[in-house]
Amino acid sequence: MQITPELMLFGGIASVAAAAAVGVVAFNNAVRSALCLVLNFFILAFIYFTLNAEMLGIMQIVVYTGAIMVLFLFVIMLLNLGAPQMLRDRDDPKTFAGIALGVVLFALLGSQLLPAFLAVTQPGAPKDFGAPQNLGRVLFTNYVIPFEAVSVLLLVGVVGSILLAKRKI
Amino acid sequence: MNGVPLAAYLALGLFMFTTGVVGVIIRRNPIVIFMCVELMLNAVNLTFLSFARYQFAAPVGLSEANGDIRGQAVMGGQAMVVFVMAVAAAEVAVGLGIIMAIFRLRKEIDIDDMNLLRG
Repeated sequence: MQITPELMLFGGIASVAAAAAVGVVAFNNAVRSALCLVLNFFILAFIYFTLNAEMLGIMQIVVYTGAIMVLFLFVIMLLNLGAPQMLRDRDDPKTFAGIALGVVLFALLGSQLLPAFLAVTQPGAPKDFGAPQNLGRVLFTNYVIPFEAVSVLLLVGVVGSILLAKRKI
Repeated sequence: MNGVPLAAYLALGLFMFTTGVVGVIIRRNPIVIFMCVELMLNAVNLTFLSFARYQFAAPVGLSEANGDIRGQAVMGGQAMVVFVMAVAAAEVAVGLGIIMAIFRLRKEIDIDDMNLLRG
């Protein structure tokens, strides 16, 4: 494996995403965690663009950073987890155990899986595989039944969240 | 981008997934735990997309492989990402609704003190 300019560019983008992911876990304030997650999702959309998946990159920005994160920030605001109610993470052995488990998981999976894929450097998919036309055609032909199932799932989600959040129906 | 090995994308996905697992274990705020679950789902999305982009077998142009099993293999990863995004959206809506309901009931949301379903 040699260092190419593309690899350096990817390393820069990916390190920002990784730092934002660590920030989600490390920050004690929920709003800061949410903003770190917004940054992570945004960078991830750019990584999708580098993978030629333009449609999914735009969906990532619209769905995740647009809709889901606004929902998160809205709930944080509604619950008003300000300074007095902010949960202080006490020092307990769970923290160290969790971090150790994470390091072991990363080392185990990385050492077993990643070397096998170091040699694969040339993308094999056609250049237009992320275009909206191709994705839409596949969703409405080969994957039409899962697509309809997902629409039912979203309807159930809407009804369920109203049922849960409303005081009196 | 050419010249980036598949292992680089997989390493980023693995790091994000591991961070999410650690966050679910060590944090006590249920909203942050939900964020860590989202982090894990996005790591899986990234892995799906990078495998879909770096096809190992010889690629066939989409135009001639449309409806073919190979064309399905090229596009399957992206279809899965769409479904994962939809499931994540539904999960967040219902989960945050549950958190709101519990907060209304208990006035505090420390995840370690919640034992409503204990037998």
